[in-house]
Amino acid sequence: MKNKDKDSGSRTIRVDYLARVEGEGGVYIRIRDGQVKDVKLKIFEPPRYFEALLRGRKYLEAPDITARICGICPIAYQMGACHAMEDIFALRVEGTVRELRRLIYCGEWIESHALHVFMLHAPDFLGYESAIHMAKDHPDIVELGLRIKKLGNEIMTVVGGREIHPINVRVGGFYKAPSREALRALLPELEWARDAAEQTIRWVSELPFPEFEQAYEFVALRHPEEYPFNEGRLISSAGLDIPITSFFDYIEESHVKHSTSLHAHMKERGNYFVGPMARYSLNFDQLSPSVQEAARASGLGETCSNPFKSIIVRAVEILHAVEEAQRIIQCYEEPRESFMPYEVRAGTGHGCTEAPRGICYHRYTVDDHGIIEDASIVPPTSQNQSRIEEDLYHYVEQNIDLPDDKMQWQCEQAIRNYDPCISCSCHFLKLEMDRE
Amino acid sequence: MKRVNQTRKPKLAVWKFASCDGCQLSLLDCEDELLAVADAIEIANFPEASRAVVKGPYDLSLVEGSITTPHDSERIQKIRKVSKTLVTIGACATSGGIQALRNFGEVEEMASIVYAHPEYIQSLATSTPISDHVTVDFELRGCPINKNQLVEVISAFLHNRKPNTPGHSVCVECKKRGTVCVMVSRGIPCLGPVTQAGCGAICPAFNRGCYGCFGPMETPNTRALSDGWKKLGVTDRDLVHAYRGFNAYAEPFRKEGDALEK
Repeated sequence: MKNKDKDSGSRTIRVDYLARVEGEGGVYIRIRDGQVKDVKLKIFEPPRYFEALLRGRKYLEAPDITARICGICPIAYQMGACHAMEDIFALRVEGTVRELRRLIYCGEWIESHALHVFMLHAPDFLGYESAIHMAKDHPDIVELGLRIKKLGNEIMTVVGGREIHPINVRVGGFYKAPSREALRALLPELEWARDAAEQTIRWVSELPFPEFEQAYEFVALRHPEEYPFNEGRLISSAGLDIPITSFFDYIEESHVKHSTSLHAHMKERGNYFVGPMARYSLNFDQLSPSVQEAARASGLGETCSNPFKSIIVRAVEILHAVEEAQRIIQCYEEPRESFMPYEVRAGTGHGCTEAPRGICYHRYTVDDHGIIEDASIVPPTSQNQSRIEEDLYHYVEQNIDLPDDKMQWQCEQAIRNYDPCISCSCHFLKLEMDRE
Repeated sequence: MKRVNQTRKPKLAVWKFASCDGCQLSLLDCEDELLAVADAIEIANFPEASRAVVKGPYDLSLVEGSITTPHDSERIQKIRKVSKTLVTIGACATSGGIQALRNFGEVEEMASIVYAHPEYIQSLATSTPISDHVTVDFELRGCPINKNQLVEVISAFLHNRKPNTPGHSVCVECKKRGTVCVMVSRGIPCLGPVTQAGCGAICPAFNRGCYGCFGPMETPNTRALSDGWKKLGVTDRDLVHAYRGFNAYAEPFRKEGDALEK
């Protein structure tokens, strides 16, 4: 981090390497005569060219290869790839196999949200450099967070074989269905986690939140019967309501010089917001009565547009995922086949699922042998990039007189509100403030 | 491993190059050990977990990711200079990772497939392991690494001993956990016989063949395995792809893939 005072009327603040985000990025903010002139979210995560290296590979490899885009949310990539391939092969995965997919996604949401709530985001609100620093004064809460996180990992391990880059997910379902006993062994810890998640909601709702309500276009999946994971139509708070196959008819990507991650925009409308706050605000009615009650009791409305409060929404989603995991496991009987049969054929297919950080879209074209001819992947952070820049613009404008060190930290926090995953978006942070 | 000064806590740094962040997440995934590790060791530079940065030099540097940009090829030199012991974690840092598939194709073409303005992108033609650039004291394999092996490497370093991470094949792990050979009994092609142990032989236990996350074992007989796969009806093209996975640029896998392509 560097603070440079050029002269009495001008300041430059930069964070060269933004901490507690996954991946590499930074921010540059230019202020002239007390006005914000420019905000750039700089992403210098080295490009890894996934969409190019998928060409020529077999459709079955897509879930394993795309998982490697992100170690924090591999399930999102595996699910998006599987659904897109199944779209090509006209396969609908139903019944227990579909439930198992929801269960492994519950594991990823619990793990990823607990990591962000307790280890990456909460320390900002309480003024600690990290959860490890926070643990010295708040050992009970950090231990609670680690235990919730561990449960998420255990669900992924039982269903997926391991927590990072699970090996059991395949087009059509799973290589092997877990035994009823192995899943039921998770129930006592899930019962504990229900109380722990409620405690987490109460704890995070009492953190100090700045007044910062923004006018967002929220975009999320919407399913007629469920809080969304893998399926649904794409809807927005501005009236978008489309099948996922129309994604690129409404959303375009552009390549800006200051980022190795493409920026996504709604055509003719501009930036939009994906992630837990969008999901929650567009799907509150799909949460169970007990989760709705816990959200209301924390003071959260049916929608939330203060990004600093996304930490409460994540805690609410942990509770939802815990309940959903309990429900799935209690009804589980081992399926006769661990994956559903299909016939490989040529075509183009789409998959869009709710990663912990928001919608993650995949499109593939394969030939009649299932060889990938074209791949397009739009991760959540690349969709939020432009919106993060606008949040920063307003936040700095609203707090222009803050001293540099405080401004720096609060800008970092405003970015961490999005739980940005930079390795994903490049397939992202560093704060640089330039004041004159 | 070099001696640690016992009068103060050793300083740990975690560095990231081109990667998915999964291997450094493995450290945060040690939920039961994390606070104890943080007691025994000073987490001096770990941006994914903390905004606090303690100045080097560092007693132990864990390096994740491969070298893919001109800037990173300079950065690793500086990191080596401030690190007493440097350990690479994971397939990217140890063999170049999945992004090393670019080493077999044209990087300019790849950039133009992904980016509208490839001229904005500064990228090397290759993705290379850390050991191609600086001296590496120990390489921990895996895509991702196994967190128990990571704890073993950190404890070994703390006690000035060599880490106990076997160099034998995945086959040994299958025998240990009592998994019947998927290749022999069910005709499922498996990279286990040429892949280093460490994952716990997960894939065969889930009815699928090993796909080589941990890279080549010591002295692997890739030719014999390729012949075995061919007898199962696997095409040369599919065999090439099997070797060109997450450790494509590791020498034994690279050579076998290249030989099959000719």
